[in-house]
Amino acid sequence: MSPIPAIGMRVNIRLFARLRDIAGTGEIERQVPDGATVRTVWEALASEFPALQDYEVSISTAVNAEYSRMDAPVSHGDEVAFLPPVSGG
Amino acid sequence: MPTSQYAITTDPLDLRELVSAIVTPVASGGSPAVGPGAITSFLGIVRDENAGRSVLRLEYEGYESLAVRVFEQIGAETAERWAARVALHHRLGTLQIGEASVMIAVSSAHRAEAFAACRYVIERVKQIAPIWKHEFFEGGDVWIEGATADPGDDTARQNAHRAACIE
Repeated sequence: MSPIPAIGMRVNIRLFARLRDIAGTGEIERQVPDGATVRTVWEALASEFPALQDYEVSISTAVNAEYSRMDAPVSHGDEVAFLPPVSGG
Repeated sequence: MPTSQYAITTDPLDLRELVSAIVTPVASGGSPAVGPGAITSFLGIVRDENAGRSVLRLEYEGYESLAVRVFEQIGAETAERWAARVALHHRLGTLQIGEASVMIAVSSAHRAEAFAACRYVIERVKQIAPIWKHEFFEGGDVWIEGATADPGDDTARQNAHRAACIE
């Protein structure tokens, strides 16, 4: 078991549909600084995968399977999801 | 096992089973249990044409844990407006032309509420359910992207009400 670092926290990122295609995977674990928000996680991801940047204005976000806002804080171990515009039905 | 009111599944959808989830009489406020006087249902079916493209099949993807919560929210919203009970299942995975992707059943005392509530539910599914269609057509494939999902957006909710209440 790896120790929890003193600074920063780990979050489990979920990506769906086209966002998953862009990143090449639907689940990514990343380290983010203490005090990070959903936006911090998104910005880190979008700099890693620049094609995601087009989705900045149209994504929805969720923390631990509840819809959230971009300015919602995240905690160590949270599941942070980014959702492109939906097309169910 | 009784059928859940709200579910995500990769199995073919069975409307008869869904209806069984909402027909059990419910007692309220000391009154004897009363069964519904009307049940409406909706099936969304995979079409062979979309935006001029010949569709071969659809692959549905969803965020299952959130989707079930959203379905519960849609059921609660519906109950705020109509005296109706809702059951809603959405299928994921590969679906062929003619197969049902979503099914809704609504029970109420009278037909007007049952029809209106059923329409409201499908409008809300399209607005806020975290589900995506990957369309495979002759010559390529494309992710379909509709509405930015925002369950707190009152305008979207009012639009769904409006669609439901056309007499």
